[in-house]
Amino acid sequence: MTRLWTFPGGIHPPERKALSNARALRVAALPDRLILPLQQHVGQPASVRVTVGQTVLKGDRLADLDGGRGVPVHAPTSGTVDAIAQHPVPHPSGLDDLCLILRPDGDDRWRHREPWPDYQRRGPEAVLARIRDAGIAGLGGAGFPTHEKLTGGRQRPIDTLIVNGAECEPYITADDRTMRERAADVVAGIAVLQWLLSPARTVVGIEDNKPEAIAAMADAARFAGIEVVAVPTLYPSGGERQLIRILTGREVPSGGLPAEVGVVCQNVGTALAVGQAVLQDHPLISRVITLTGTALAEPGNVEALIGTPVADLMAGAGLRADNLERLVMGGPMMGFALATDAVPVTKTSNCVIAVAPGEFGQPAIEQPCIRCGECASACPMTLLPQQLFWHAKSGEYDKAEHLNLFDCIECGACAYVCPSAIPLVQHYRHAKGELRQRRDDQKRADQARERFEARQARLERERLEKEKRRQERARAAAEAQARKANGAAAPQPDDRAAKAALVQQALARKRARADKAVNAQKTASASPGDQSPTQD
Amino acid sequence: MWTSVIIAVGVLLALSAIFGALLGFAADRFRVEGNALVDDIDALLPQTQCGQCGYPGCRPYAEAIADGDAINKCPPGGDSAIAALADLLDVEPQPLDAEHGVAQARRVAVIREDECIGCTKCIQACPVDAILGAAKHMHTVIEQECTGCDLCVEPCPVDCIDMITVDTDIRNWLPPEPALIATDRRPSLTQARNERPEASLP
Repeated sequence: MTRLWTFPGGIHPPERKALSNARALRVAALPDRLILPLQQHVGQPASVRVTVGQTVLKGDRLADLDGGRGVPVHAPTSGTVDAIAQHPVPHPSGLDDLCLILRPDGDDRWRHREPWPDYQRRGPEAVLARIRDAGIAGLGGAGFPTHEKLTGGRQRPIDTLIVNGAECEPYITADDRTMRERAADVVAGIAVLQWLLSPARTVVGIEDNKPEAIAAMADAARFAGIEVVAVPTLYPSGGERQLIRILTGREVPSGGLPAEVGVVCQNVGTALAVGQAVLQDHPLISRVITLTGTALAEPGNVEALIGTPVADLMAGAGLRADNLERLVMGGPMMGFALATDAVPVTKTSNCVIAVAPGEFGQPAIEQPCIRCGECASACPMTLLPQQLFWHAKSGEYDKAEHLNLFDCIECGACAYVCPSAIPLVQHYRHAKGELRQRRDDQKRADQARERFEARQARLERERLEKEKRRQERARAAAEAQARKANGAAAPQPDDRAAKAALVQQALARKRARADKAVNAQKTASASPGDQSPTQD
Repeated sequence: MWTSVIIAVGVLLALSAIFGALLGFAADRFRVEGNALVDDIDALLPQTQCGQCGYPGCRPYAEAIADGDAINKCPPGGDSAIAALADLLDVEPQPLDAEHGVAQARRVAVIREDECIGCTKCIQACPVDAILGAAKHMHTVIEQECTGCDLCVEPCPVDCIDMITVDTDIRNWLPPEPALIATDRRPSLTQARNERPEASLP
């Protein structure tokens, strides 16, 4: 029996997974158009590599990074590039971002593919490059570029590879269905990760409310040297730091990475995508997403192409529009309400909940904090939610930062247990945003100061140079003046005499030449027959 | 009796000579060049170099503050800069002096390039060298370096420089602050110090 640890805090929200985990995985219908945001990952947005009107094949690279952190975007099916334009994207702000809009031609023609069943012979660098080129960014929700995580893992000794199948958030069953139905593919992906990192131990952590997934994974992983461990159901055990704590007892340092404690953690969906990319040259162009909520007639999980509009998925799942209160992307704890159903599925979207009126309960009226301390006992990061709240609310963001605000994983456990129904996480998000903005402002100010000072120094230098030149000219003029003044007294007569002598010499020369000419004329006129005296 | 008095005086004289020499050496050895307070104040100013405070740049204003000028003359810094300065100098925070302008969202200068005649006047006006160009050639603003100070707008003879407010996108979006509830008392900037016990949250 594998030894398990516990993390502090945690809550037991109603799971509501039965809504969507009974139906088998379906493939979503091909939509009329696919909307591909250029940034679906942590880092810089990718830049477009195609032109409007261009025909592309399934799996073609449409956008890639010009440098910096990120992953490319691929064509989920064959078709033509319709537009490159601002379009609503799934983001809590509800704002638009630059997207590539692809019109499928329905043929679903693949580009040339080169499967690598013998990837071990290609060497780890080539395999990592292939993972990057396949556009894989953490499918668990954060969207961290997977190749970077793996590269970081290869630079440090890794003794444990954790595959995260905990899926602790209510409603979501995407990883559950993936593990049940595609356990062999997931294990193939884990084998690639194992080969890259060579960990002493590989553990798949699955919450014990998913017995079928545990059985399926245990069966598939029987001979692969992979432990499949059931972890107690407790939100948020699927958080990376929490799962590492449960399975290894180690704590990832504040602001640090799991690789610092010898652990790399990958989501089940990411492992599957890595396997597909390396073995079959199949880039990340689709993902499993849970469509659930009581406003749907047929909730369940679908494999949807990246870029499929949420509206299409909702229609496919039998949305009862008259019974819809709002759409939530992500789970009920960490998700956000969608402003429009035009937004596409991205690499990080794992769930859409069509919330019926009253499904999440009546919104409670916020009351003043009564300092009960429930939030502190629920916090899985052992922060002080109450103190963070006071400081965030009174605008003392730097004090909140001193209390490790940036360690908050925004899991929402504190707000869930709050008897006063205070939207604590919103306060933390706002405070984090303010602090980030201040940091950016400070960076800009420092840059401006540097440039201002450099300019001042340059102007000063130019002024001094000008001054120096002016002084030099003035000195030269003064010297000339002085010489003139001195010369007026003594050396001038000599000068004049010398000049007069020169003039005399010149005159003498001229006279001599004239005399010669006269003499020659005389001789010529004396003997006119002689044309040339030399012939005499 | 006199001997002890002489000894006491002698010891004190010797001590004062030793410590005097020590202090004199320290004052010379550990001398701080410039005014450290000016650096601290300058670090809190937004470095737009816009001159709205009436001084030719942020550092001159920092020097003026160190000499006792008011701390509320910086519109780009806004209330947060005033609060930080008040904290540093241990003085009362004051509301922004409207005479010097109002706080605005971040802006950048944009040159309408087909109208630019290449006169270089804006280049000379830019305090952070954020405008690129040469005589009789088109000029352009390096957006990342622009502090939005407005100083290039006035000198342009053909009025081809616009100040554009930087749009919010998903990368610089600030999550909204939850609404206050009936029992909240948000301390205003000036109240924060005067009425601390009542104004700060319980």
